[in-house]
Amino acid sequence: MKNQMKIKSIMLSVLMVGLALISFSACGNKEEKVEILGAGATFPYPLYSKMFDAYFKLNTTKVNYQSIGSGGGIKQLINKTVDFGATDAFMTDKELEEAKVPIIHIPTAMGAVAVIYNLPNIKGLQLDANLITKLYNGEIKTWNDSKIKELNPNIALPSTKVLVVGRSDGSGTTFVFSDFLAKASEEWNKFLGNGKTIKWPTGIAGKGNAGVAGMVKQTPGAIGYVELEYALSNKIEIASIKNKAGNFIIPSIESVTAAANTEIPSDTRISIANTEATQGYPISTFTWVIMFKEQNYNNRKKEQAITLLKLASWMITDGQKFHRALNYSPLPSNVVLQSKSLLESATWDNKSLLK
Amino acid sequence: MNGDKVFKNILLLSLSVLILLVATVLILLFSNSFATIGKFGLSNLVNKVWNPIEGEYGVLPFLIGTLITSFLSLLISLPFSITIALFLGEYFKTGFLNSFVKSAVELLAGIPSLIYGFWGLFVVVPLVRQLQTFLGIEPYGVGLFTASIILAIMIIPYSASLGQEIIKLIPTDLKEAGFALGATRYEVIRTIIIPYSFSGLMAGVILSLGRALGETMAVTMVIGNSNNLPTSLFAPANTMASLIANEFNEASGEVYLSSLIEIGLILFIVTSIINYIGKLIIKKFAPHSN
Amino acid sequence: MAETFKYRRFKDKAFQGAVVAIALVSMLPLFLIIFYISKTGISAINWDFLTQLPKPTGELGGGISNAIVGTLIMISIAALMSIPLAILIGIYLAEYKESKFAGIGRYCLDVLQGVPSIVIGIIVYILLVKPLGGYNALAGSFALAMMMLPVVAKATEETLKLIPHSLKEASIALGVPYYKTILKVIVPTGMNGIITGIILGIARIAGETAPLLFTAFGSPFMSVKITAPMNALPLLIFNYAASPYEDWHNIAWGASFVLLVLVLILNLIAKLIASKWKIQF
Repeated sequence: MKNQMKIKSIMLSVLMVGLALISFSACGNKEEKVEILGAGATFPYPLYSKMFDAYFKLNTTKVNYQSIGSGGGIKQLINKTVDFGATDAFMTDKELEEAKVPIIHIPTAMGAVAVIYNLPNIKGLQLDANLITKLYNGEIKTWNDSKIKELNPNIALPSTKVLVVGRSDGSGTTFVFSDFLAKASEEWNKFLGNGKTIKWPTGIAGKGNAGVAGMVKQTPGAIGYVELEYALSNKIEIASIKNKAGNFIIPSIESVTAAANTEIPSDTRISIANTEATQGYPISTFTWVIMFKEQNYNNRKKEQAITLLKLASWMITDGQKFHRALNYSPLPSNVVLQSKSLLESATWDNKSLLK
Repeated sequence: MNGDKVFKNILLLSLSVLILLVATVLILLFSNSFATIGKFGLSNLVNKVWNPIEGEYGVLPFLIGTLITSFLSLLISLPFSITIALFLGEYFKTGFLNSFVKSAVELLAGIPSLIYGFWGLFVVVPLVRQLQTFLGIEPYGVGLFTASIILAIMIIPYSASLGQEIIKLIPTDLKEAGFALGATRYEVIRTIIIPYSFSGLMAGVILSLGRALGETMAVTMVIGNSNNLPTSLFAPANTMASLIANEFNEASGEVYLSSLIEIGLILFIVTSIINYIGKLIIKKFAPHSN
Repeated sequence: MAETFKYRRFKDKAFQGAVVAIALVSMLPLFLIIFYISKTGISAINWDFLTQLPKPTGELGGGISNAIVGTLIMISIAALMSIPLAILIGIYLAEYKESKFAGIGRYCLDVLQGVPSIVIGIIVYILLVKPLGGYNALAGSFALAMMMLPVVAKATEETLKLIPHSLKEASIALGVPYYKTILKVIVPTGMNGIITGIILGIARIAGETAPLLFTAFGSPFMSVKITAPMNALPLLIFNYAASPYEDWHNIAWGASFVLLVLVLILNLIAKLIASKWKIQF
């Protein structure tokens, strides 16, 4: 009897505390500072988390960014559940059509997709688009194949079997990788095309950049592709890739920025894969922040829109100082200028927001 | 009497909430896959090519992957869960060993599926890779086999924990009757305990199977994620749940999205069918059990 | 014809030996995993780790405080949502087990159990996030509750089914109304089994990532508002483990360790409640 009473009173008090917590949290509607929600690409996640942490320290504006994937970022922006999306693959004309309202793309950083391989004691492997295509479609089965030897005459290649690692989840990384191959290799373009997901004809697929890096690192004879940072921090060997000008380029902060040394359209929606730039790394990309041009939607507060635009402006100017330390390439100045004018084109009830 | 009526109504209400919930899930899945069903009808079920870029949404490879991993993992886990259930429910009902093993099993259920995935990736995959090298086959490490092993470990707690509670609850006089007749413990287990608790044990097994069918995170990290039809037990493959997790975030376009949700619907239906068959089996083998 | 006594005794001992051996072998993966997590995770644990907010990579002193709080809040709400309902459902299924309604109910539970966590996340997104215009922790809790429900309900049903009728009959014969018999005699007797189901259910949802991805969303900040995004341990582990940074990997393992400890503590609390509440006969 007494025990039951004790239990009952404990349960009751726990319930009271719980209810109090819930009601307290539910009506926390006092004058709160604006919080910005963003979602999208995993590639810039480490960079953004650094930038937004610094931004919070700067002016106490909270920015909550979650990396759910480039496509997820686009979807959530269109669903209006986030203030901005983030993507490594810009929205196609078709996607923009389906969105029905204009969406502006602001590049915030640049990155590279590194082709990684696992061949003990072999450094400095050189590859080009045709070789990569033949490796990925199973035509080349062992590493000492004559076609590989052609591009690597000074390397003693082992007879290990080639194990191809693709990417299981759709991603901007895959888009950039396949876009380069589709542009630089007829064969790839004909059979596999470019896209955020590819029908890998052979081999296995890893989940996320981390999954692919892990697979390649653990499987002798494996070849895969990841964002540069994953190759660097996991200390996996990176291949140099032949670019359009015929030079074999290793991905680096410099070679990526160099890849943007080409004509960029005013809406910045361009893939710089297979760039014309002579010293540019051919599998480079911008990563974008996307938002609606007309910011008055869904009963938003004007303050929310202004905070968002201020954030974006900071990201392409002062915010660029965080890039190098984390192995991202900052934007070249011409792109910054274009982005600035794009931000100025954002409107509230058709009147420009940023002066 | 009034209290009883109110009580019965509350019970009915709860059941209705459950049925409503499941119906809502079914309706939402159905309505959101309409675009695909309208276009392809049932042909996706036998199409073995999944290539959204080209507009092909064949589901067969994932159906097969799901069925193989679920049943294989169930098979692997069964001896372990039944022995644990007997261990805890009959041989060591109290004492240190009981608390130790019981807590260990419950903890097993508490490990996040993500962690199972990572552990599988870093510990089990290299082992399987060694096995494959020994057998002379492609040393992927990942594949149907590895995924089934990880799944088997994950689902042990469900049938084991429930099983041991069931076995413990068997009335002692029933067992005493057996012992009084001179039966050994093994014989009592075989002739009295197992049949009496059969439906309960099966309930635990079906719970495990449900878990295996829907498991996403752990599987997706060790199954190899190949969207082609698996050619052998060690081949990389994919399951329906894993595919949805892989591609849902990036999917754009009405047909692509609705195809993924259609896969969710198919999984839902497959689960229902398997459960129905399970119930039939139980009825057949234990008509007298409780 | 009849087997010799010696042979029967041999079979008995052999069976016992096999059971003990196999059961102990099944413990192996558990210890391997715990060992692995502890080895990689313990080094990350310190006071800062438990009380600070996450920091960007490369900065020292970051912690997982908001994830711990978020997980605790969402588990609690999910438990509050699902446990009473699950127990009631279990009672119905055990008491009226022949009825057609019960058959449908049982079916629903099994099917719900088999829905992949990611599909549940998508469904709750459609139901509670999109129409309400934003991610929120309540939707996350709801998704978790949906996953916990079948486990607790099934455990309740199976446990109650095995309680001897004589107990119920005795209570009613003494004049106790039916509903009081169920609530104060039968259910407490089966408390052990029910609590086991609750433990399994909570353990399951504590580590789930997929249902939270599209609902609770995650957050780098501390939040206790259930109408806003909230962080949780599985989300943090997921994000950090998938990153390329060694220091974030360490945090992910540390968080996994914390999650395991959390589940263990919840287990102990649940067992304590069970021991105080059940009736032994």
